[in-house]
Amino acid sequence: MSHQSNWRGTSDYIADETLMRIVNVAIQLGRPLLVKGEPGTGKTLLARSIADGLHMDLLCWHIKSTTKAKDGLYVYDTVQRLYDSRFHDKDVSDIRQYIKLGPLGKAFTAEQQVVLLIDEIDKADIEFPNDLLHELDAMSFEISETGDVVTAKQRPILILTSNSEKELPDAFLRRVVFHYIEFPARELMDRIVRTHFKDLPETLLQRALDAFYRLRQIDGLRKRPSSSELIDWISALLVHGVDSENLKNEYPFLGTLLKREQDVVLAARAVMAIRR
Amino acid sequence: MIFADLFYNLRTAGLKVGTGEWLSLMQAMNEGLIKPSLSDFYQIARALLIKNENQFDIYDQVFVATFADGALPEAEIEKFLQWLADKKMPQLDEAMITALQALPLDELRRRFEERLTKQKERHDGGSYFIGTGGTSPFGHGGKNPAGVLMGGEGGSRSAVQVAMERRFRDYRDDRVLDVRAMQVALKKLRRLSHQEGILELDVDASIDKTSRNAGELELQFSPPRKNDVRVLLLLDTGGSMDPYSELVEQLFSAATHIHHFKHFEALSFHNCVYEKLYTKIAEEKTIPTADILIRHPHDTYMILVGDAFMAPSELTDRYGAIQYSHHNTTPGLEWLRKIKNRFYRSIWLNPMPLRSWSQSWTIKTISSVFPMFELSVRGIEEAVDHLRKMPRRQESGT
Repeated sequence: MSHQSNWRGTSDYIADETLMRIVNVAIQLGRPLLVKGEPGTGKTLLARSIADGLHMDLLCWHIKSTTKAKDGLYVYDTVQRLYDSRFHDKDVSDIRQYIKLGPLGKAFTAEQQVVLLIDEIDKADIEFPNDLLHELDAMSFEISETGDVVTAKQRPILILTSNSEKELPDAFLRRVVFHYIEFPARELMDRIVRTHFKDLPETLLQRALDAFYRLRQIDGLRKRPSSSELIDWISALLVHGVDSENLKNEYPFLGTLLKREQDVVLAARAVMAIRR
Repeated sequence: MIFADLFYNLRTAGLKVGTGEWLSLMQAMNEGLIKPSLSDFYQIARALLIKNENQFDIYDQVFVATFADGALPEAEIEKFLQWLADKKMPQLDEAMITALQALPLDELRRRFEERLTKQKERHDGGSYFIGTGGTSPFGHGGKNPAGVLMGGEGGSRSAVQVAMERRFRDYRDDRVLDVRAMQVALKKLRRLSHQEGILELDVDASIDKTSRNAGELELQFSPPRKNDVRVLLLLDTGGSMDPYSELVEQLFSAATHIHHFKHFEALSFHNCVYEKLYTKIAEEKTIPTADILIRHPHDTYMILVGDAFMAPSELTDRYGAIQYSHHNTTPGLEWLRKIKNRFYRSIWLNPMPLRSWSQSWTIKTISSVFPMFELSVRGIEEAVDHLRKMPRRQESGT
């Protein structure tokens, strides 16, 4: 990969300079990009933005705890074949009819280069990332039931996200480019929020940001509010026509920001303490 | 090899950067992917060499040491940087600025070291010693363009300055738990229950269903019948655990929110386990310890949390319990051994740092009964690994 990659975020995804650099380097080196960060920092949206920005299709593979590496390549639907064979009215001799390509398989067979998102890769079994390695290195795999070999026409752009539920194996980590999305500082958050709202009154925005970051500072919150919750909150404030004066030391619609009861109690205490 | 120092310094600092990763960095440079700026190099090198945010802090330190000509920071300097942080900037007048700008960096550094040896304590607002908000050329928040920056923001942010900020200090996992790390650590406790849970073909049920269907094939998949991960948490809520009480409460409340254990129970004790255990942390309701030994199956995961720190007599003597309400005819140590004998999958988590364990006789003794791990992210990981590796044992005749 030597042609320049020049992703700079999209109108609905504000990326900071560092993220842009790392995404482009990963693409140019032809290595998967592993992204970690607090929940709600836009890891999954990143892949969409990269695909849009580079005018490519996006394939999504959302990993569950039961996902196996092979499923990403292809699935041989044995159960369906068994059912079809019951009444002898279908031709089940051609196994190829029952081979369905998984997201990675589809990414390989795509005519143009695509972006493949493998979301929450840490949810799966610990061996899962290692199982993918061979196919990722070789950019091809064999369908053992038919003997067909699927080879990638071009290397898909792989974006992997992880929630740090499990440690990922070393052999896998060595191959990836790694980025940790820090929680946006206020200035960046300001820009992010603006992309979501047209005509947002300035004082409301500033007061809301003040209140939001104050809330995040509270010690002992089980789940600190994230960017997506901030956006939900501002929506709620706008819809109900809340005056920005009310945001000085109150939190109307706190439930959009804090989702756990203990956190709501903690926040209430903190607000009372400030008032005194 | 260009920038070889960075590679070797990282490895010396304990980060296992491999040659493959280093070569990918060289490849990136070779292909002109890195801009000719130290900041860009800092970012890209980190993305290619460091694969976990809990190592970012070490990377920052090594980076500063490699490119800013300093020694790898030690613990005292870390503390130093800590209290120099976030103070307001004073206003320097023109005369001072010109005077200070005249000092070359080497000279500044020499004077800095000189004063470091002279200064004995924290200092604020002055003009000679190293401190905050002052006008001496050293410290933080000063308006001294020729100064030596210690932590925090300066005018323009060079890579070295960014690295010196140590933004990722909180992400290290070798520290005893703080709030954020609690989440991650407890998520790892979830591994305890992932041994079971795959759908399997229930042959008998399938045959049954197919037969009832007059021979039309009907397959039945079910989760395996055995899902019997049981966890017992015993928490020390004695006086010496007061500094850790918030920690323990958080561990307790977070643990109760893990719903996929078949059975989860938390009980507490004071300093050591005796003949009674407390059913709620604050209240005085008790149940006999012997009950626990009988009621729960032997393959229950038993996790004890405490500092294991007490007077030896509390552990070894009959009536050794310092609380009046315990009339323990059996010494605490005996009770601990009973627990270990009954529950072969037991471990002990200690919030005190590992290096202090050898100084206490009771900690050493208790760690000879239970495998002891630090109450930190890494410690919990190791404990969970240890527990998972133990094969199931059949109940032996007692």
